Amino acid sequence: MSLTLEKITKVVDGELHINDVNLNFEPGSFNVLLGRTLAGKTTLMRLMAGLEKPTSGRVLMNGADMTGVPVRQRNVSMVYQQFINYPNLSVYDNIASPLRLAGDDKQTIDRKVRETAEILRIENFLTRMPLELSGGQQQRTAMARALIKDADLILFDEPLVNLDYKLREELRQEMRELFKVRNTIAVYATTEPNEALALGGTTTVLHEGRAIQYGETAEVYNFPDTVACAELFSEPPLNLTKGEISDSEVTLDQATHFPLNADLAGLGRGNYIFGVRPSHLALFPVNEDDLEISVKVELAEISGSETFLHVRNKHLSLVLHLTGIYQYEVDAPIKVYMPTHKIFVFDEDGKILKVPTRLPIVNQTGQVSGGLQHG
Amino acid sequence: MAEIHLKQLAHSYSDNPQGHKDYAIREMDHVWEKGGAYALLGPSGCGKSTLLNIISGLVTPSEGQILFDGHEVNSLTPQQRNIAQVFQFPVIYDTMSVYDNLAFPLRNVGKSEAEISAKVKDISYMLELENVLKKKAKNLTADEKQKVSMGRGLVRDDVSAILFDEPLTVIDPHLKWKLRRKLKQIHEQFNITMVYVTHDQLEASTFADKIAVMYGGQVVQFGTPRELFEKPEHTFVGYFIGSPGMNFFDANFQQNELYLDGHQIALSKEMKSKLAITPYNNLKLGIRPEFVEVLEADSPLLSQLNSDDANTKAALLDSCENCFKCEVQVVSDLGTYKIVSLKLGNTEFKARLPEEQAVPNGSVYVRFPGNWLKVYADEYLVD
Repeated sequence: MSLTLEKITKVVDGELHINDVNLNFEPGSFNVLLGRTLAGKTTLMRLMAGLEKPTSGRVLMNGADMTGVPVRQRNVSMVYQQFINYPNLSVYDNIASPLRLAGDDKQTIDRKVRETAEILRIENFLTRMPLELSGGQQQRTAMARALIKDADLILFDEPLVNLDYKLREELRQEMRELFKVRNTIAVYATTEPNEALALGGTTTVLHEGRAIQYGETAEVYNFPDTVACAELFSEPPLNLTKGEISDSEVTLDQATHFPLNADLAGLGRGNYIFGVRPSHLALFPVNEDDLEISVKVELAEISGSETFLHVRNKHLSLVLHLTGIYQYEVDAPIKVYMPTHKIFVFDEDGKILKVPTRLPIVNQTGQVSGGLQHG
Repeated sequence: MAEIHLKQLAHSYSDNPQGHKDYAIREMDHVWEKGGAYALLGPSGCGKSTLLNIISGLVTPSEGQILFDGHEVNSLTPQQRNIAQVFQFPVIYDTMSVYDNLAFPLRNVGKSEAEISAKVKDISYMLELENVLKKKAKNLTADEKQKVSMGRGLVRDDVSAILFDEPLTVIDPHLKWKLRRKLKQIHEQFNITMVYVTHDQLEASTFADKIAVMYGGQVVQFGTPRELFEKPEHTFVGYFIGSPGMNFFDANFQQNELYLDGHQIALSKEMKSKLAITPYNNLKLGIRPEFVEVLEADSPLLSQLNSDDANTKAALLDSCENCFKCEVQVVSDLGTYKIVSLKLGNTEFKARLPEEQAVPNGSVYVRFPGNWLKVYADEYLVD
């Protein structure tokens, strides 16, 4: 089954919640909706499910117009942030409930419940009540219930957000495996860029009710069309600064200069917005053309195996994403290095002009994609 | 402020504890130095809340002593211990102004209004609350409220320690790092003993000089963030710290040699003699994904390894310390880096690679650098 959203708009109390969204999801595809809180992710999912009607536009399934068809007449499952189960039913009965509603026979139900429970690794808890389980197991139960009915469309609304990060890590990986062999369309809403990247498939970046970019997840990450998309699809966010290019040099925020290089020469004189990924900044010079910048440490955020180093000087405010542990006192003076050949350039309206040239990358199917020059 | 000494401390909620399983806190001995910034980190149910309550005085330990600057405080109330606490949710008086909220702990101990005014000014400046001092607390945003909550803890300079229990839970994700910075600044400025309880490794590592990782009622490691990352003393620390966590392999030690999946592992003499006298039920090797080297396609070693001459290959593998042939399972491109799932024998493990390193399908050779390969006997580091 394919799902098409055609010029979908949703207005609530005079406020535009979804603004002219056009999307097409293929059968068996895994699709991430990435956006901040209130970007419209939940509303869009409710429109896909038929829980809400669009103000204008059409929802097509396999080409047939389903716009007015209520959720009960569609074959749709949904998994929410909160762990929603029937508290008075055992895990077994929770998972079995959609099949019982559909009137399946006892044997089929038993077989499917055990199969699904095994996939989600809760086969040993079937006789327990949901509230006797950990949060992760409760969410696995809710997922099993969503998976068991072979829905045409499964919607996940930030399902892992209430779990601790170790469980999130585990379930994220399982999600990919789970959907490899299915013909279901999966749509997965998240606020976290890293989750989108880990899940793969396609990504739609939602911003203020608009689908600002759509494509294969790695493509959207590597080739953002706009400043907004580049910022949203990077955690920590892409470092951005205004600046200008003259005949011979590049100036960031009227203060930091470096000689114009071949990478940026084609752009011509003018004002631009420059962006650098936090992971491309370094504490040591890596290449000859790296730009040394003196800054003070605002905070070293340490996450077990990585450091997010927030630094600033009078003009620039930057975040570095470093592998390993780097401890600094607040306000410690340090030097950081910016690779001048790994800079994103946007025009003053935020449209992409230049994606930095990268080494060839190998995507998940092992094919090499290269020649990365956009715009 | 005070040095906090947990002396042979243990706690059981049962009247007649029989074994380890009956203890929420198993016997521990820890000294938390005056003016230090500490974190208690662990998953839910690990005993960290019990330990926090023992320190604050809400729970009396069933065994052992808790000493503040050498004096036993087991039977003292939180007030008598002079402990300030900041909880998950802001604890403030909604109908009072921000000023009165901050002044409250000082008025309680009978400070003069002049002293109070000076102190409130200081604290509100530091927490960037000067502009809302006249506002009623109920009209504040969630993060302002939590800042007031913190301010109430900080306003008295005679407290023995400040305890934080997941204080950033209600703070908007975009503002969290600013409050983390504030807390660091406050600690550096005042040098108050601070204990921060959380299940989040980022909160703990960012805040603390030293972290106590708790698991099953025990502190399994007490170390700096770097030590927890580079040298986990317990397999749980390896697993819990870092994303993804440490890789573990079953290992065996026979005739004074250590083997992983039939391959001999290079080991120092000291380690060998240590292992020979260490009693254990299970033996594991651990290495973090960040330290696994996947040989690159253009490495000279690899081109030789791929040669058709079996003898050359065998000789090379022998000379390449801790090199293994593995099968690539999944490559997950996370943009700024890649996580490669690999299989060595029957064990799956992960390697973290820089974004520009290409990974072939099928077989690859990996190397486990000796200094990053750790040996664990019954889950504890053999060192």
